[in-house]
Amino acid sequence: MSARTLFDKLWQSHEVVPETADTPAVLYVDLHLTHEVTSPQAFAALRARGLGVRRPELTVATLDHSTPTDHDQLFGKVPIRMESAARQIHEFENNCAEFGIELLGLTHAQRGIVHIIGPELGLTQPGKTIVCGDSHTSTHGAFGALAFGIGTTEVGHVLATQCLLQRRPKTLAVNVEGELGRGVTAKDLVLAIIHELGVGGGTGSVIEYRGSTIERLSMEQRMTVCNMSIEAGARAGLIAPDETTYAYLEGRPRVPRGAAFERALAAWRTLPSDPGAQFDKEITIAAAGIAPMITYGTNPGMSVPITGTVPVRSGDGVHAKALEYMGLKAGQPMLGQKVEFVFLGSCTNARLSDLREAARVLGGHKVAAGVRFIVVPGSQQIKREAEAEGLDRVFIDAGAEWRESGCSMCLGMNGDTVTRGAYCVSTSNRNFEGRQGVGARTLLASPITATASAIAGRIADPRGYLS
Amino acid sequence: MEPIRTIRSRTVVIPRTNIDTDQIIPARFLTTTTREGLGEHLFADWRYDAAGRPVGEFVLNRPETAGCRILVAGRNLGCGSSREHAPWALYDYGFRAVVSTEIADIFRSNALKNGLVPVIVDEASHAALLAQPGAVVSIDLERSILTLPDGREVRFPIEPFARYCLLNGVDETSYLLSKQPTIDAYERRIKA
Repeated sequence: MSARTLFDKLWQSHEVVPETADTPAVLYVDLHLTHEVTSPQAFAALRARGLGVRRPELTVATLDHSTPTDHDQLFGKVPIRMESAARQIHEFENNCAEFGIELLGLTHAQRGIVHIIGPELGLTQPGKTIVCGDSHTSTHGAFGALAFGIGTTEVGHVLATQCLLQRRPKTLAVNVEGELGRGVTAKDLVLAIIHELGVGGGTGSVIEYRGSTIERLSMEQRMTVCNMSIEAGARAGLIAPDETTYAYLEGRPRVPRGAAFERALAAWRTLPSDPGAQFDKEITIAAAGIAPMITYGTNPGMSVPITGTVPVRSGDGVHAKALEYMGLKAGQPMLGQKVEFVFLGSCTNARLSDLREAARVLGGHKVAAGVRFIVVPGSQQIKREAEAEGLDRVFIDAGAEWRESGCSMCLGMNGDTVTRGAYCVSTSNRNFEGRQGVGARTLLASPITATASAIAGRIADPRGYLS
Repeated sequence: MEPIRTIRSRTVVIPRTNIDTDQIIPARFLTTTTREGLGEHLFADWRYDAAGRPVGEFVLNRPETAGCRILVAGRNLGCGSSREHAPWALYDYGFRAVVSTEIADIFRSNALKNGLVPVIVDEASHAALLAQPGAVVSIDLERSILTLPDGREVRFPIEPFARYCLLNGVDETSYLLSKQPTIDAYERRIKA
């Protein structure tokens, strides 16, 4: 057999019916994750057709998107403030109960952002196909799983048949070589990759991130990179499983144990792309050339090194419109721009390592007057682990808000929003107009850049805060 | 689903590139649990000001665009979130086709499942469409042909099975359900 890529192996092993010129492949789904926002119409469709769920044990549900991060609302001490969100949450609870789906509900100890809890529980494993009605499902590709976002109609397909109709995407290798500089994180790396590819550069493709830089990343860092694959338009992001992956997974609650783990391990070791395997396209990026990054515009490709200036592009209407929305001037430095909000959270950057790095930058500093710094752990487990280390005290003593887990201010669905016209340095994944609230101005950056900016009250270079 | 064969309409042009699904339907409207009624909120933050009044210069607020069924947009339409609420909102508003040089993967897949035809055209045809907002365009799904206002015919790519489903009003769920014996066999094979 000719040399195959990791993607080829994942695709071929899940083809129930191969694709033809006239029909797409029927692709088997090993794990389906679901949440309250993109599933209600799928359950309604099942009910309307009198269909059940084919393999309920292969779907796991959680509440994250419209779920409150306020303790009293979450634990039912006061009503959920947003009535429509409360209705959606209760309908989801009923749907999961009716169709026999495991729900990590509002007060469950393992609840959290869907793309955080999959890996945390060990549900996410190499070699699996993983889907969810959420574009950041690409996160799970960090484990060498083929993971991608789907629409609600497709959520219904998976519930009813455990399969999807899919055309085979193209493959794109992104090679990253060398050492990342001081203060340069996985978030900066992926922002630089998106800048290079452009927000539509990955359309129709599955990216495999490769090279010495990627191999040295921790699992948490790899998840940050794969998470934002969709921001380059890619269908999915992949990283070959290796010893780092296996060490992360061993002993997690949903990972097989003993002899079963050894068998799984033997299968996982066959997954990496074969030497000489061909990709449809390849690019190479030097890690040493990457600086801490920040976005200035209204899509994640519009970024500059933090010491840079807002690009000048006369005659570019899209650029002008973005700057008008952002209230920034071409040529102005990013450093020193006043900010009103800082958000540390989301499926991109709300893992324990992100919180630790942010807390280290915070040290004994206080959050600047006039800045609201909101810290939202990615899961209830991360929240507990952070509290056990005293990280909550570091944030609270500095003047930050310490919340329950959820998507929160990444998309502002649960009432956690940035006010109109205000600037927010955010560790999330999208700086689209209005993403964090109507008129909100989002500046995407790493957890350490966000924290440095919270201290300064202005966009700040994290390297000045690293001891 | 109703079969679709041809769509003939004046166009609405929104020339911006990278229109993401957060613009098409902002997240705060996603607490709905049905798919109807989202047209009211289509492009909400471009259509209405802070006080909820229509923004006069936004194209959907101009009387001459009422009843238009074809939206022509800049490159990379529908990027970002996987929310199927985006094509639901466009369809509910009255659109039956979207035209661009590039359409994001998940949005395109979602559109095809909801009677909203995604049409990808070359740069020159796109430029011609952008230059003539309100011009009459027709889309023949059976032949995969878009006819430009000057009568020139442009073939557009469309996934053949999705096209078959749209033309015949067939939904993909029924097709997948018909594959159950093969899915059973696959599950037995991977278990072994």
